[in-house]
Amino acid sequence: MTNLETTEISEHITSAMSDSITRTELINNDLTIYTSADNIEKLLKFLKDDTQCRFEILLDICGVDYPEREFRFEVVYHLLSISNNQRVRVKVSVREGEYVPSIVWIFSSAGWFERETWDLFGIYFDGNQDLRRILTDYGFDGHPLRKDFPLTGFVELRYDDEQKRVVYEPVQLMQEFRRFDFMSPWEGAEYILPGDEKAEDK
Amino acid sequence: MSERFIDNYTINFGPQHPAAHGVLRLVLEMDGEIVERADPHIGLLHRGTEKLIEHKTFLQSVPYFDRLDYSCPINQEHAFALAVESLLDCEVPKRAQYIRVLFSEIGRIGNHLLNLSAMALDVGAMTPYFYGFDEREELMQFQERASGARLHSAYIRPGGVAIDIPDQLLKDIYTWNNRFPKFIDDFEGLLTENRIFKQRTVDVAPVTAEDALDWGFTGPMLRAAGVVWDLRKNQPYEVYNELDFDIPVGKTGDCYERYLVRVQEMRQCVRIINQCIEKIPDGPIKVDDNKIAPPKREEMKKSMEALIHHFKLYTEGYHVPAGEVYRCVEAPKGEFGVYLVTDGSNKPYRCKIRAPGFAHLQAMDYTSRGTMLADTVANLASMDIVFGEIDR
Repeated sequence: MTNLETTEISEHITSAMSDSITRTELINNDLTIYTSADNIEKLLKFLKDDTQCRFEILLDICGVDYPEREFRFEVVYHLLSISNNQRVRVKVSVREGEYVPSIVWIFSSAGWFERETWDLFGIYFDGNQDLRRILTDYGFDGHPLRKDFPLTGFVELRYDDEQKRVVYEPVQLMQEFRRFDFMSPWEGAEYILPGDEKAEDK
Repeated sequence: MSERFIDNYTINFGPQHPAAHGVLRLVLEMDGEIVERADPHIGLLHRGTEKLIEHKTFLQSVPYFDRLDYSCPINQEHAFALAVESLLDCEVPKRAQYIRVLFSEIGRIGNHLLNLSAMALDVGAMTPYFYGFDEREELMQFQERASGARLHSAYIRPGGVAIDIPDQLLKDIYTWNNRFPKFIDDFEGLLTENRIFKQRTVDVAPVTAEDALDWGFTGPMLRAAGVVWDLRKNQPYEVYNELDFDIPVGKTGDCYERYLVRVQEMRQCVRIINQCIEKIPDGPIKVDDNKIAPPKREEMKKSMEALIHHFKLYTEGYHVPAGEVYRCVEAPKGEFGVYLVTDGSNKPYRCKIRAPGFAHLQAMDYTSRGTMLADTVANLASMDIVFGEIDR
């Protein structure tokens, strides 16, 4: 896989699909295409069927959460072309609560990947007939890979001997989660060092 | 006699079933003995690996990869190490690359031994299981001698490998490796032309090349369907382009073909291991950059700087430049990829693990429609499912 081929493919995609691509970028030699939720179906259909692209395998769909951005979530598609020995990454940014069109009709493998992204991030895929939770427990509440979801979760479960079944209870921590802040005080820590808060009072 | 209609009924297969290869709950809608719909329920082994990794430094994240696909732990660390190294832009020394390839292939044999013998067990042959595990035990011991742990080795780390391997270990692997083809012959003697084994697997759940691509198959599952694709050949990483080996490819994509592809892959692994042992150079086993790889212990006794580096590495860890990368390896089950997003801190911002088995199991519904209930077990076994990696 040489860079030249990647740039050729990149130019080809940009010229053919210029209206549905926001921009393209080479990140660590990986071709990344940015698009919008409205155009994702059209673009992926093109990437799969076009004779020069032929990205036959959808390897993965995953979400990334950036709570500080206006478009909070990024949905990342990884495609692989076996005929051309190429990879491409397609990114869609969505706001919280917005939906992304499902691409199950283009790639059958998208079904579970979309279910997983829905389960872990709460990104809704319109058109996926089977958008149930997949990795978390039956009746789970919340979307655990969001950055505002605590690592410990909200509930813990144990076997109740009296009720003879497993019961859920609000999580109780014997010890707070230890988040060590390793920023060096010599390099300018962004937090108040223990004891320094007294100095400010004077 | 009047015709009687029998309603479809639902069978709950698992989650604790010896043929479910872990904790798979498979809800099967049956029309008599024919599977109408298969609905795998996964996630019973979900441990939130990706969330945990977001709260750990890069070095602390390595052991989580051992715990994904626990039948070939080292191959998965490899993918993570490649991703981190690509962001850090560091070149791994030759000897480390050879050791990585060597143990990746040992992992591949170990995985295939586990899978093939368990598959034989699932379709009714008990003996290969014991033989297979006997050999697998030897491989575990090699892993233990290299890393100190039989399973969760945390051996391949960003920047190289954890510790160097002694020459005697190489000699022992070489001895074992040259006697192993005899074992494959014996193993094949038990199964390959076995009438019962063939009855249970030939033409069961065949997948065409087109469908295999559509369902996102990789690895032996894809090659069994007749697609020539192996990351070790097509997108070589480490030293695979210096080694001579072949890619076995099937035709029909049925359970038997998947078995044959895996057996042939083991034979190719033997070739790769031999070449690795012959070609392995002397030299360092991790990058000569103490900001990434820890200094030697003897150095720490003398040098203050080395001591500081050691302390900083094991408390704060190293900072990886902001960026994103997708790196993958040809794991025994298929393409195991790591999509890493970093923000310049000492922890990954997001680490998505692309497990091959996830895509394979997804096709369970498609492949088992219209097959018999007993074929479901053979089909499942030939997919090489391990729930550690699927549920993450």
